[in-house]
Amino acid sequence: MKIVAICGAGIGTSGILKVNAERVLQRLGITAAVVATDLDSLQAEADDAQVILTSPEFVAQIGKTFADVIVIDNYFDTAELTSKLESALG
Amino acid sequence: MALPPLGDEVIVIRGEAADWRAAVRLAGDALVRGGATRPPYSDAMVRMIDEHGPYAVISPGLALAHARPGPDVLADGLSVVTLAEPVLFGHPQNDPVRVVLGLAVATPARHLTAIADLANVFNDSDTTERLAAADDADAVRAILAG
Repeated sequence: MKIVAICGAGIGTSGILKVNAERVLQRLGITAAVVATDLDSLQAEADDAQVILTSPEFVAQIGKTFADVIVIDNYFDTAELTSKLESALG
Repeated sequence: MALPPLGDEVIVIRGEAADWRAAVRLAGDALVRGGATRPPYSDAMVRMIDEHGPYAVISPGLALAHARPGPDVLADGLSVVTLAEPVLFGHPQNDPVRVVLGLAVATPARHLTAIADLANVFNDSDTTERLAAADDADAVRAILAG
């Protein structure tokens, strides 16, 4: 499974999403590749992704996708990440 | 990239900022003082938020200001600014912001270890509050050391 974390720069905030998503997935026993990228590279990365993780500001810019788009409000709240990933993947 | 060392020049305690732009610039100026960036990088950090909205406000009270790697990034760098008065970034959940981190990344492929260290520290939900209350640079360093 592939999960894409996006932000405007492809570093920093999307990196935090990637790191915390990997921790949560490991705890849930789910194997997935998590890729951090920027909006410009999203189309290339999201083709085969099941889930896109991002913040509220980017939802409108994601465009057409078959992936589940998960909006994260608090990037450091692993409980929020856990429940949203569980309901998307469960 | 491990978390860059935090010298006194990259830490601002109770900085005065009238709005989010000024707050981001305090973090940008600190990166310049620390030798991580040239001044145009600070403009780029402001522009990211102008273009994409307040997504840099990644948890309650905390903004992670950053821009893309490029010629104005001289080295990996982190700066920490606590604000005398909280400022609004326009984030639906996480306003007002009390602490701004400035991040510059010279080597994107390697920055995730530093990001993982940051996540370790800030996954404690009271870290931002403790930083905002820090009285000096030593206290900031102690909090970020985990």
